[in-house]
Amino acid sequence: MSNLLDIPVLSAGACGQPPVLKERGQREVFCGLTGIVWLHRKMQDAFFLVVGSRTCAHLVQSAAGVMIFAEPRFGTAVLTERDLAGLTDAHDELDRLCVTLLERRPEIRTLFLVGSCPSEVIKLDLARVAERLNTRLLPRVRVLNYSGSGIETTFTQGEDAALRALVPLLPEAAGHAPRQLLVVGCLPDVVEDQFRRLFDGMGMDRVDFLPGRRSTELPAVGPGTLLLAAQPFVGDTMRALQARGAHWLRAPYPIGVAGSRAWFHCAGHAWGLDAQRIDAVLATAQRRAGEALGRARTQLSGRSVFLMPDSMLELPLARFLHQELGMRLIEVGTPYLDRDMLAAETAQMPPGVTISEGQDVDRQLERVRAARPDITVCGLGLANPLEAEGLTTKWSIELVFSPIQGFDQACDLAALFTRPLARRAALKV
Amino acid sequence: MQLTLWTYEGPPHVGAMRVAASMLDVHYVLHAPQGDSYADLLFTMIERSGRRPPVSYTTFQARDLGGDTADMVKRTVAAAWERFHPAALLVGESCTAELLQDQAGALALSMQLPVPVVPLELPAYSRKENWGASETFYRLVRSALNERIAAGRGRERMPGEAPVANILGPTLLGFRCRDDVQEIRRLLESLGVTVNVVAPLGAHYADLQRIADADFNVDLYPEVSSLTCGWLQRTFGQPHTHTVPMGVGATRDFIDEVAALAGLDGTDRLLDAGLPGAGAPADCRLPWYARSVDSTYLTGKRVFVFGDATHAIAAARIASEEMGFTVAGLGCYGRESARELRAAAARYGVAALITDDYLEVERAITEAAPELILGTQMERHIAKRLGIACAVISSPIHVQDVPARHSPVFGFEGANVLFDSWIHPLVMGLEEHLLQMFRDDFEFNDAAPASHLPAVVRQTMAVADVAADKDLPTWTEEGERELKKIPFFVRGKARRNTETFARSLGLSCITVETLYDAKAHFSR
Repeated sequence: MSNLLDIPVLSAGACGQPPVLKERGQREVFCGLTGIVWLHRKMQDAFFLVVGSRTCAHLVQSAAGVMIFAEPRFGTAVLTERDLAGLTDAHDELDRLCVTLLERRPEIRTLFLVGSCPSEVIKLDLARVAERLNTRLLPRVRVLNYSGSGIETTFTQGEDAALRALVPLLPEAAGHAPRQLLVVGCLPDVVEDQFRRLFDGMGMDRVDFLPGRRSTELPAVGPGTLLLAAQPFVGDTMRALQARGAHWLRAPYPIGVAGSRAWFHCAGHAWGLDAQRIDAVLATAQRRAGEALGRARTQLSGRSVFLMPDSMLELPLARFLHQELGMRLIEVGTPYLDRDMLAAETAQMPPGVTISEGQDVDRQLERVRAARPDITVCGLGLANPLEAEGLTTKWSIELVFSPIQGFDQACDLAALFTRPLARRAALKV
Repeated sequence: MQLTLWTYEGPPHVGAMRVAASMLDVHYVLHAPQGDSYADLLFTMIERSGRRPPVSYTTFQARDLGGDTADMVKRTVAAAWERFHPAALLVGESCTAELLQDQAGALALSMQLPVPVVPLELPAYSRKENWGASETFYRLVRSALNERIAAGRGRERMPGEAPVANILGPTLLGFRCRDDVQEIRRLLESLGVTVNVVAPLGAHYADLQRIADADFNVDLYPEVSSLTCGWLQRTFGQPHTHTVPMGVGATRDFIDEVAALAGLDGTDRLLDAGLPGAGAPADCRLPWYARSVDSTYLTGKRVFVFGDATHAIAAARIASEEMGFTVAGLGCYGRESARELRAAAARYGVAALITDDYLEVERAITEAAPELILGTQMERHIAKRLGIACAVISSPIHVQDVPARHSPVFGFEGANVLFDSWIHPLVMGLEEHLLQMFRDDFEFNDAAPASHLPAVVRQTMAVADVAADKDLPTWTEEGERELKKIPFFVRGKARRNTETFARSLGLSCITVETLYDAKAHFSR
């Protein structure tokens, strides 16, 4: 019956790029709603209201519910049969719910209405609902909408969609405004602070981050804005900012020492600084990080790693694991390959590695079992079952939930990979 | 639309997954969008399972919607059959697929696979997880026993032969099912009853075909199994138990019920009549622990109980009859057992709360101002917000409630477990006294949690948290100061009572005297 299945397509790599294995089949990935789990911690004055089914509510609470919340900043408007049958006006219903919600939570300044698979399939017009609510609630609360549905977004793409929704609200930078750097992609607070210190040291005095810690304080954007992505999954946001006149700087991602160095150099160069000046500022952090990686390198060098698709961070991670820790790459899976965003990373993949886009999970698992990698990077739905088969895993979601970017996190990132191996060696039962 | 911060149950297809994943050779093809495979984590992480749930998802995406999603169902069914060769195949839809109306079940049936295919109709916008589990289990058992229906009862019990029972209802993601089954199996065997089939947990599809061989069924988790037990009774004449053996008293009743169904007598050899906990074996310590003087301070502690109906009703009985608490509120999230829950609530003189609305539960708890909440993972959020002690008695649960150690809540050992876990979050007796006598200690004070618990910041106190009601009389400064001298865990109730009292007298402000008048009034 295998002829019924999609045959994987191996597309030739264009101009020196490695070939990409494109697969379609069962995908073991999260939907974009999951982005809420970290976005609501970053933007502390925002509330995320999913408009969807009980499944959506269940997903978000299964992901975040082990934390006990005194005041959760996310919830779901669960569609019922009456809504599907058109017995109630969905718009009126949403109005009612949002007003109830905002009464309970008067400190909320931005309300995100988040579309889901059911709301997209029945074509509920959340943009119009948001518009209507805005006429009622502004200026106290601003209502925005984006889609985090599984049919349209995979895991971290939910953040891209949320940030994309903020883009039209960014104030226009005045024509004569001095140049400014805008770093795009949610970063842990500690990383953001480190980056800010380094930019300061380089004399780059106007640096903004999107998202910021408060949803109401949005940076201006305009032709004088230099755009630098901190995460590989914010492609749509970058394109929308570019459409507002900002200048897109293309760099590898600030993962590992080399990645971070290249990232800062790209920004500094665009600012008009010379390489020496930049290196002088980065020197301390770079030396410290290089030394800190030493031990991890001895532990990981020569070990093989298989990355299953999850967050789109796989390529930069693989580059770091290979170049800086000496790991052997077997397959690097990514849920989708945004060539705009990943060009600088794919170019650095060593020969012989398989880059795969999309997934047919059972077949991919066959490849994992055949290769028996020293570490498999995979989602939590697969990690324990693979461990039970005797394979060492690193669950991938942690890579999205941990501070891993920049120089001073490089050894923490490496430790995420050495830890499962050290654990396997330590356990005698 | 319903605003949901937390949902007590997942969608019905998660119930179906619970049944499929609990069994050993049943596979489930689920027509669902990309992302719905998050549910695998419930099994691999919360239940810590070392195998993938036996579920194949179609994981359609937006680009597939223009094409043939029905074809994806067929391809997924074919691939699942090829790869896993299950003994039976469940085929169903998630909430989004339900909107597409591809008729996944009918499509799979048309493919003429050489094994039973059970199509599932689970209305995701009106039903929930437990209903889905119950319906799926029923459909599977019916499918397995289809050929035996005409023949009726499978087996006649010979004289002198041991009675035989099935244990029905335990599933993965149920509350402590793994250990409850062990406990109840041991109990039945010590009574001289042979256990025939335990299902769905740990059963093969072929085991379901043997269900009709038993003399009676133990309906252990009515939320999942009572539909099936009712059908087995009608079709094969198998009676089933009605008592859920949670708590010492309920376990005794359960033993009586099993003895009657099995035609046994002399079950009291199990129960040691010589101890203070008469009617329980010596290793059932709850009766003695609850009688020992250390537990005196537990008397009349106000407890709010919420969960699935089975666990909530049983917990209320234990709280009231076995722990000496006062039941200050009782509720459940499943409407299926609303009648039984109302009857139970009436016994304790409280209003029954039947709702799946988390915010309504929160309101009821705030109103009742209990000293202890027995609830689900969701009530832990409420308890944290209100600064009230809390223990989990029912699903939904998170990973800490699938412990490594033997932790049943049913049977006599279950009663021991419940005694320990309910007492733990309370401030212990001596500390409670000292807190009342000396209020300004830098270490042991109202704002600090019980000293045997890990330090957490009490964010808000129950009393401070209630939104100011404009009709309420205002407190004078000394009145407020005096109120603070009342221990924090009963302060909420004292405030409420005093305000009610003052309002009933039409007073506009509350003084120290009003506070003590109210105290005297309510203790009459």
